[in-house]
Amino acid sequence: MSATEHGWLGKLSWESLVFSNFLESPSINEAVASAAGSLVILASIAILGLLTWYRLWGPLWRDWLTSTDHKKIGIMYIVFAIVMLVRGLLEGMVMRAQQAAAPDGFLHADHFAQLFSTHGTIMVFFVAVPFLVGLINFAMPLQIGARDVAFPVLNQISLAVTVSSGILLMVSLVVGQFSTGGWSAYPPYTGGDFSPGVGPDYWIWAIVFSGAGTTLTGINFTVTVYKCRGPGMHLFRMPLFCWTVLCASILMIFAMPPLSVAALMLGLDRYLDFHFFTNDLGGNMMNYANLFWLFGHPEVYLLVLPAYGIFSEVFSTYSAKTLYGYKSLVIATMCIAILSFTVWLHHFFTMGQSPTINIAFGIATMLIAVPTGVKVYDWMATMYRGRIRFTTPMVYAIGFLILFVIGGLSGVILANPTVDFQVHNTLFLVAHFHNVLIPGVLFGILAGYNYWFPKAFGFRLNDKLGRLSAYLWFAGFMLTFFPLYVAGLLGMPRRSFTYADLTFKPYMIVAFIGAMVVLAALITLVVQFLVSIRDRHKTRVPVGDPWDGRSLEWASPAPVPAYNFVELPTVTDRDEFSEAKEHGRAYQRPKNYRDIELPKNNPLGFILCVTSGILMFALVWYIWWLALISALAILIAVIASTFRKETEYIIPASQLEKDTEAWLALVEKSEAVSRDLEDSPRNVGYSKLEL
Amino acid sequence: MDWYLKPSGFFALKRMDLQRCKKVCPSGVSYYLLTLILGCLFLSQAASASETFLMPLGPVAEEQKVHFFWAMALTMVAILPVFILVPVILFKYRRKKGRGFYAPKWETYGPLELIMWGVPFLVIIVLSVMLWRATARLDPYKEIQGVVPPIKVQVVGLDWKWLFIYPELDIATVGELVVPVHTPISMILTSDTVMQSFFISALAGQIYVMPGMTTQLNFIASKTGETEGENTQYTGDGFADQKFNVQVVNSDNFDRWVQRVHSTGIELSTENYNRLAQRTTKKQAHGELATAQMPEKVIYFTLPGTQLFHEIVMRYHSGKPLSIEDQPGTEKFGRGKEDVEGVQP
Repeated sequence: MSATEHGWLGKLSWESLVFSNFLESPSINEAVASAAGSLVILASIAILGLLTWYRLWGPLWRDWLTSTDHKKIGIMYIVFAIVMLVRGLLEGMVMRAQQAAAPDGFLHADHFAQLFSTHGTIMVFFVAVPFLVGLINFAMPLQIGARDVAFPVLNQISLAVTVSSGILLMVSLVVGQFSTGGWSAYPPYTGGDFSPGVGPDYWIWAIVFSGAGTTLTGINFTVTVYKCRGPGMHLFRMPLFCWTVLCASILMIFAMPPLSVAALMLGLDRYLDFHFFTNDLGGNMMNYANLFWLFGHPEVYLLVLPAYGIFSEVFSTYSAKTLYGYKSLVIATMCIAILSFTVWLHHFFTMGQSPTINIAFGIATMLIAVPTGVKVYDWMATMYRGRIRFTTPMVYAIGFLILFVIGGLSGVILANPTVDFQVHNTLFLVAHFHNVLIPGVLFGILAGYNYWFPKAFGFRLNDKLGRLSAYLWFAGFMLTFFPLYVAGLLGMPRRSFTYADLTFKPYMIVAFIGAMVVLAALITLVVQFLVSIRDRHKTRVPVGDPWDGRSLEWASPAPVPAYNFVELPTVTDRDEFSEAKEHGRAYQRPKNYRDIELPKNNPLGFILCVTSGILMFALVWYIWWLALISALAILIAVIASTFRKETEYIIPASQLEKDTEAWLALVEKSEAVSRDLEDSPRNVGYSKLEL
Repeated sequence: MDWYLKPSGFFALKRMDLQRCKKVCPSGVSYYLLTLILGCLFLSQAASASETFLMPLGPVAEEQKVHFFWAMALTMVAILPVFILVPVILFKYRRKKGRGFYAPKWETYGPLELIMWGVPFLVIIVLSVMLWRATARLDPYKEIQGVVPPIKVQVVGLDWKWLFIYPELDIATVGELVVPVHTPISMILTSDTVMQSFFISALAGQIYVMPGMTTQLNFIASKTGETEGENTQYTGDGFADQKFNVQVVNSDNFDRWVQRVHSTGIELSTENYNRLAQRTTKKQAHGELATAQMPEKVIYFTLPGTQLFHEIVMRYHSGKPLSIEDQPGTEKFGRGKEDVEGVQP
C-alpha cells in the first residue's frame, strides 16, 4: 500500500485512539481498555513531572541514560522489566477475572485475545529476558573479575532497542490495537488477509528490534566470558552462574535469529505482499511454526539456565557450603543447552507428521529431563551437610525445588506424543509452562534481586517482607495454576474467553482467587522495596559482604565503585572469596595504585532508543516519511559515534587510594558478625569466619 | 477402573517393560500413587459429561489415558525423592538447632553422582520405550481394523464451525457428528480458513487442519454415548463457540439418523457453501441456512456431488493469487465482525 492511500499520518486517525471507542460505545470492555490506556498516559506524565520537580533530569542523563557502566545498565534493565512485569501481571489478573466470570464475562473476545497476546509477549520478551539480562549485566563481570563487559556501548544499544520495543507495546495500549494471534503469532491468522489491522505489525516490530537487542547481548556476554576474565580465572574456576550465562548467551546468539527471520518474513507477507506463509501461492505456515519454535524452545532454556545459575549461588551461599557436583552441573548445563536445539518439534506433535519424527523429538525432549534432574539432586546435595539459613533468596530457591519438579513432571508427560494429542492447546499446557517459568525463572529472578540488591545499592532488603512475598507467590502460583491442570485434562482449550460447560467454572474461580494472591505478592514486593528504603540507615552494608558470599562480587564495597576492583584479583580457587577470607587474603591493601581507564559516557544508546522507537511506530502506522527520517537518523547517529576519539576516561591512582583507604579503615573498625545476626542492623557486610 | 491391576492386558506395552518398571520401583509405589492420583482426579470432576479422555468412549482415548498415568507414575520415581528428601534435609541441616554434620568443602562423591545421573536416565529409557511403542501404535494416520469396513468422514474447518462430509452417504452436517459404535472412523481433514486444531478428547485426541493440506485421524468408538468436540487453536472472535456435539449410536440409530439427514437436509450447493464459509458462529449459520426440522445449532446437508472436499483443498493450488474476497475466513469474504453473535457480553 502506498502512502498516498493513507495521507501524512499513515493509518493514524482519531479512531485509532483507545478512548474514541469508549466515547462512541461505552461498555465495561471499552472501559477496561480506556483505563489501561489512561494509566499509561498518567504514569508517564507523573514520572516526567516528578523528574522535573526534583530537578533530576541532569543526574538522570549523566549518571544513567548515557552511562556505559555494566552495573547501571543492568539496573536500568531491571527497572524496565519490573514496569513490564506489573503490566503483564495485571493482564493476567484481568484474564483470570474474565474466565472466572464466564460465561457472563465482561470482556469482548477480541479484547481478551489482545490480552493473552500481550501478556505472553511481555512476560517472555520484556520481563524474563530483560530482568535476567539485567542481573547478568550486574553480577557476571563482578564474578569473573572484569571491569566491564567486552562491549560497553553495544550493551547500551541492546538496552536501548529493548526499551524502545517495550515502549512500543505500551503505546499499543493507547493507539490502535495489539495483535490477537497470541505470543507465537501463527500465520495465516496473523497475515494481512486475516488480520488487516495494525496489531500484528506492533508484534513484528517489537519482536524484531528487541530480538536484535538480545542477539547483541548474547554476543557481548559470550565475548566477555571468553575474553575478559580476571587473572587466574580459568573456565572451571568460574562460579556456576557464569557458566549458565555462557550457555544462555550462546543460546541467544543462535536462537534469536530464527525468530527475527520468521517475524521479518511475516512482515514481508504483510507489507510487501510476499507469500511465505499465506494460504495461496505456495505459502506454508508450517515453515513459520518450525522457525518460530526453532527459536522458541531454546528460548525457554535461555531463560531458565541463568535462573539455575542464580539458584546455584543461593543454595551454596545460604547453606554455607561449596556447591556440590560443580562439574556435573557444568556438564548438565551444556547438555541442556545443546539438547534444547533438538526438541522444537514437540510444540506441534499434532501437525500430522509421521510417528517416527514424533518419536525422535519426543525422546529428545525427555532426555532433557536427565540433566535437569541431575541439577535438582546436586542442589539437594549442596544443602546436605550444610548450615541452612532461611533467608528470602533461600526460601525462593526451596520453593523452586519443590514446585519446579511438578512442572518437570508435566513436561515429561507432555513429551509423550500420545498424551500430547490430548492435552496440547489445552489449559494443561498453559499450566505446565507457567509451572516451569514461574518457579523456574520468576523465583530465580526474585531470589537474585534479593540476593544482589545490597551489592548494588549498599543496603539490604527487608527480609521478613521478602519471605512473606515469597510465600504469597507460592500460594498464589499453586492456587492459580494447579486448577488449570485439571481444567486442561477435562478438555478446556487455552485462549477461551468464555465457555459454556459449567464444569470448568469452579476451577476458574479458584484460579482467580490465586491470581488475587499473586497480586498480594506483587504488592508485598512493592511494600518491601519502600520499607527497605525507609529503613536503609539500619541496613547498610558498606563493607560489601552481607551474606558471607563465596564469589568475587562480594569482595568489593557496596555499592560497588564504577571500576569494580582497585586491582584485578588473582584467582586461585573456585570459591575464591571464601578461600580468601579463610586464608586471610581478603580485605588486603593493593601493592600499588595504578590509574584505571573506563569507558566514557555515550549518548548513542539514548539516541537509538528514541529513533528506533519512532521508526517502529512509523512502520506500524505506515507513516513512511517519518520512518525514512528516523532510519536515516539511526544511520547517522551510528556513523557519527564512530568519530568519537576519546572513548575512555581515567580514574587517577590518588582517588583510588583515597577510596580504598577509607574502605579498609571501615573494615578495620567494623564488627565481624556471625550468620545469626545476618538480619540485624549489626550486619554491615563484614562476615565472621565460621568453620 | 481396575485397569492398573492388569496392565499387560491393557497396554500393549508387555511384560518386559513391566518388569523393568518393577525393578526401578520395587515397592509398588507407582501402583499406590496411581490409585491415589486417579482417585483425586475423579473426585474432583465428579459427574461431568464424558468430555475428556479421562472418561473415554473408545480405545484410542483409553490408551492415551493409560499412557498418561503410566508416564506420570514412572516419572514419580525420579521426583518422589525430591519431595521426601528436601524437607528432611531442610530440617536436619537448618542452621538454628540443626544437628547435622557440617562438611563445607564436600563437593563430590562418585557413587552418588552415579545414582544422580543413573536413575533419571533409567527412568527415561523405560519411558522412551513406552513412548516409542505407543506413538507408533497410536499413529492417528493408521487405519483401525474393525469387523466392519470404516466409515469415511471428510472434515472441513471453517470460521467458526466444523463441516462434516460423509461422502459415501451423500450427507453433510454442521454442529453435529454422529458415528456408529464399533465401526472404524477414517477422517480426512482440511481447513478453508486459517489453521485450526480438530479435537474430540473422549475418542481420539487432536490434529491440526491447514488450508490446502490434509491431515488424517482414525478412531473407533467402543460404547455409545455423547461427548463434545472442539477447535483448540485460537482463530478469532467466535473461537470459544466452535464446538460440536458428538454422538456414538448403535447401527440402527445411525441408519435412522442418516435417513433423517437425507430427508431434512438442504443441498450443499456452492452458493450454500459460500454462505456457510463466512465468519459466523454455528448458531448464526443455523439461522441463515437451517430449516425448522433441524435441531438447534445444527445444519443438515445433502451432497450434490462428491467433489466438494477436493475442491476446497485445491482452492489454494491454482497457482494464481487468491484475492481476499475469494478466501473464506477473511472479513471481506463474509461480513464485518460487528455481526458476530455471542461476542458482546
